[in-house]
Amino acid sequence: MTKGPRDKRMTIDQVVDSLEDGITLGIGGWGPRRKPMALVRAILRSDLKELTLVSWGGADVGLLVRAGKVKKLVYAFVSLDSVPLEPNFQKARQEGTIPEVVELDEGMFQTGLRAAAQRLPFLPMRAGLGSDVLVNNPQILTVTSPYADGQELVAVPALELDVALVHLNRADRHGNATYLGPDPYFDDLFCMAADRAYVSCEEIVDTAGLTVDAPVQRLLISRMMVDGVVETPNGAHFTTCTPDYERDERFQRAYAAAAGGSDEEWAAFEERFLSGDEAAYQAAVRAFAEEQS
Amino acid sequence: MTGATRADVCAAAIADAFADDGEIFASPMGLLPMLGVRLCRLTQNPDLVISDGESLFLASPPPLFAQGEVVEGWIPFRRVFDVVAYGKRHVMMGATQVDRHGNQNISAIGDFARPKRQLLGSRGAPGNTVNNRTSYWVPNHSPRVFVEKVDVVSGVGPQRANAAGRAASRYNDIHRVVSNLAVFDVRGPGDTLRLLSVHPGVTLDEVREASGCDLHVDGDGAIPETRLPTAEELVLINEVLDPKGLRFKEVPAA
Repeated sequence: MTKGPRDKRMTIDQVVDSLEDGITLGIGGWGPRRKPMALVRAILRSDLKELTLVSWGGADVGLLVRAGKVKKLVYAFVSLDSVPLEPNFQKARQEGTIPEVVELDEGMFQTGLRAAAQRLPFLPMRAGLGSDVLVNNPQILTVTSPYADGQELVAVPALELDVALVHLNRADRHGNATYLGPDPYFDDLFCMAADRAYVSCEEIVDTAGLTVDAPVQRLLISRMMVDGVVETPNGAHFTTCTPDYERDERFQRAYAAAAGGSDEEWAAFEERFLSGDEAAYQAAVRAFAEEQS
Repeated sequence: MTGATRADVCAAAIADAFADDGEIFASPMGLLPMLGVRLCRLTQNPDLVISDGESLFLASPPPLFAQGEVVEGWIPFRRVFDVVAYGKRHVMMGATQVDRHGNQNISAIGDFARPKRQLLGSRGAPGNTVNNRTSYWVPNHSPRVFVEKVDVVSGVGPQRANAAGRAASRYNDIHRVVSNLAVFDVRGPGDTLRLLSVHPGVTLDEVREASGCDLHVDGDGAIPETRLPTAEELVLINEVLDPKGLRFKEVPAA
């Protein structure tokens, strides 16, 4: 009898139940693009606390800092693009409610993930030299080239993650996954920089289905990097998940207005959209879309 | 040339900033920089490599926010970082603050530990400024933008780059600061802002009043006017690249 690779399918709650307080959590995607929002929403509902969050940030960061889940934030920017400044992040920074922040250059962030993915303590690069990234992060040091040039470069420390959460368009039950939009972002690096990685996806398909309508180069994630797979249709909402759907700009505007508004306005948004499970969220989003049309 | 608005003058000044770049990736952040780069690609520097602002290199410049017809390359974010380090890139970024020494801030206003106003974060500014040519676009020239010293150094000016050593200074190249009033470089004494031209209808005093830091002026203080767009450029701006007049949202037609 032949055997196949493990079936790693999980539910949203199983993924979040497996997380512990105080872990370092990397969230894939980029700003307001292809974020594992269904998993982020489940973390909001959980008792998890004191997270170290590592993200090229969008509303994932905004929501988690607003909920007081974040002890330390590692970021290069937090933005919703069409709403340049993320109101929840802005409020948290201005009110001093994120105990520790590490602001990096966005290329340094990739280098840090690369170092972790390669199990190296650091990798050298120029980015950061002369900037306040090094002033505000005295823990980040420089290294001198041992070769004749003798250049002093930034020794970007490895961004080691306990857990990575990423959202892809398609995956199989084993954890192989494809992106179908134009940009892979850095989801493979997040998975390789982490001890455990969970992939949420729009649809779980047979392995053969992964390459039916997509070239093999789109197979960004291999099952060897993955510990669990969750099917979460519309699970990146309200961020992009091209070509399955684009960003929900109307919803994002409503989110940003509530986040930047009074405490009562934010409480009303939370009550309407974030107080139930993922099915309740999706139902509330459908009702919102019908109201707006 | 009649019919040129301030926004058109800015677009042409931005185009001029990319004219001598050769075959490199022109990377504009924001609306006027995108317009100026596309204008440059259609006129002074047809070798410029341009993108859709997302992940595609476009073979020819479409109108602002329209889709390009022919794709000539793939430039997802991970490859942007490769090109930054490779160096064949000129980025024009915004600047919430820019100081006399050509440092730029897009991170936070006030004390970084507890900012009065949190901005985007440093994004790619630290890496851009020590790797590839960098310019800044300021749509609203004011003493709050042009400051003596930025609150947070995101983009590194030449003095800070020199102080950080050869790896930082070697590729540091702050090329132009273009505002809605004037054009600068950082070739003043001690690598400081130097006024190169004022836009037609703007006086030197107005630029000084709108700046919160000293501005160096070469020679006897006679400042040239920024050139007017050519007839060809005006046709391209009005009929090809921005027929809807989106540029006036950033620089109103006076």
